[in-house]
Amino acid sequence: MNAFPASNLIVSVAFVFALATMVLGALIAVGSRLLIRSVCGLAICSVGLAGLYYFLHSPFLALMELLIYVGAVCVTVVFAIMLAEPTEPKNEEKRGPTLFWGGTALAAAVAIFWSLWWLGKSTGWKTPASRLTDGSVKAIGVSLLTTYSMAFELISVALLVAILGALAIARTGRTKP
Amino acid sequence: MLKLLSTEPVRLLAFLVGIMAFVGLNAAYLVWVERKGAGRFQRRPGPTEVGYAGLLQPIADAIKLLSKQLIVPQGVDAALFRVAPLLMMAPALMSLAVIPFGPSLAARNINVGLLLIFALGSINVMAIMLGGWSSRNKYAIMSAARVVSQNVAYEIPTLLVVITMIMITGTMNLNEIVRQQAGAFWHWNVFRVWVNPLMPVTFLIFFICMLAETNRAPFDMAEAESELVAGAYTEYSSMGFGVFFMAEYANILLGCSLATVLFLGGWQSPFGILPGVLWFLIKMYFLVFAVVWVRWTFPRTQFYGLLNLSWKLLIPVSLFTLILSSAIMKLY
Repeated sequence: MNAFPASNLIVSVAFVFALATMVLGALIAVGSRLLIRSVCGLAICSVGLAGLYYFLHSPFLALMELLIYVGAVCVTVVFAIMLAEPTEPKNEEKRGPTLFWGGTALAAAVAIFWSLWWLGKSTGWKTPASRLTDGSVKAIGVSLLTTYSMAFELISVALLVAILGALAIARTGRTKP
Repeated sequence: MLKLLSTEPVRLLAFLVGIMAFVGLNAAYLVWVERKGAGRFQRRPGPTEVGYAGLLQPIADAIKLLSKQLIVPQGVDAALFRVAPLLMMAPALMSLAVIPFGPSLAARNINVGLLLIFALGSINVMAIMLGGWSSRNKYAIMSAARVVSQNVAYEIPTLLVVITMIMITGTMNLNEIVRQQAGAFWHWNVFRVWVNPLMPVTFLIFFICMLAETNRAPFDMAEAESELVAGAYTEYSSMGFGVFFMAEYANILLGCSLATVLFLGGWQSPFGILPGVLWFLIKMYFLVFAVVWVRWTFPRTQFYGLLNLSWKLLIPVSLFTLILSSAIMKLY
C-alpha cells in the first residue's frame, strides 16, 4: 500500500485541502455582501467538513453531511433567497452599529474558540483500545434505535413541529389575503 | 517500475482517466443516438451528412461549440454563472467511481456507495438553481424554481425505493448488491417477486423518478423549450451550454447504471454463465435507449400533473412497497 512514493505527503495535502476548503467556505459565507454567495460559501464549508469527517474514518457521516447540508439545507436557503431577496444589495448602511455588533460578535467568537481550544488541550483524551463501531449502516441503525433513541425521537418531533408550522402558515396565508 | 504501476494511486488515476473518457464519449455519442432516435420516431432519417450515417456529427457539434465565444452577459453574477456548469458535471463524474462495471471493475468499492451517489446527486439541483439564478433572466429563474420543486418531489419516492432496496439487500455496497443477484435472470431484483410482489412496480417507480431527476422529457421542466426558451440554460453560450448538455447525458448514464445495478443484476449474465462487463453495458444501453424512447413518444406533462404524479401516486405507492417488503421480511 505504501509502495507509492510520498503517499503520506499526498494524504497530508488532501487533509490540508479539506481544511482550506472549509475555512475558505466559512470566510466566503461571512464576508460576502451578496446573500446567495454566502449560501454558496456555506455549501463549500460543508463540503470541506465532509472531507474532515472522511479523514476521521466516518464516510457515512461525511456523505450525510453532503446530502443534508449541501443537498437539502443550502438548496432550501437558495430557494428562499430566490423568493425574497432583491437583486441588488443595499449599500446604504450605518457604519456605527455595524462596527459595534461586528466587534461584539468577533469578541464572542474568539472567546468561544479560545475556550474550546483550551478545553481540548487540557482534557486528557483517552484513546479507546479498539474502534467502537465499524461505522457501518447496521451499527449506526442499532445505535440510533437503542443508545440514542431519545435524541432520534426528539429530532423527529422537531421536524414534525416544523412541518406543522409550515402548514399552519401556508393555510392562513391562503384564506386571509 | 512495474511495482509502482500496480499501486493504488496509479490504479485510481487510470480509473479517473477511464471514467472521464467514458463519460465524454458517451455524452457525445448519446447525442447522436438521441438525434437518430428522434429522427426515426418521427419518420425522418436524422443526421446523415457528416460521416457515414452522421457518425461524425458529435465531433462537428463539439467543434462548433468550442469555436463559439463564451459570453458572460452584463449583469449576471459572473462567478456563480461560470461555476454552475462545472457543479453539474463534477458530481456525475464522481458518482461513477463507485459503479461496479464488472466483477472487479469499480474504481472504489466502498461500503456506502449507494449513499455516495445520492449525496452527490443532490448537488445537481443546486447547480441548475445557481445557473438559473445567476443568469438574471426571468425564464431562467422560473426554470430554477421549477427544478427545485420537481427534484424535491421526486427525490422522496426515489429514496423510498432505495430504502426498500437497502432493506432487501441489507447493504449499500453496490458490488455486493450485484453479487446477491447471481444466477439466471429470475434472480435479478426486478423479478424477485417472492421477496416483494411489487418489485417490478418498484423498478418502474425508480425509472420514472430517474427520468424526472435527470430532467428528461416528459418531465423536462427545466428546459421546456416551448415555454421557457431554454430554461436555466438560456443565457449560456458555447461550452457553458455544452457542459450542461454533457452533464445531462452523464446523469442519464449514471441513473441507468444505478438502475442496472439495483434491479437488473449489474454485470450478472441473464443465463447464469459468463458474467462480465459486456452484460452490464448491454443492460445499461437498453435503459438509455428506453430513456430516448420515452422522450420522443410522450409529450411534456404539465407542471401540476408532474407534481400530482409524484405526491399523489408515486409517494404513496413507494411507501406501500416499503411497508409491504418490511412486513414480508418480518413474517418470513
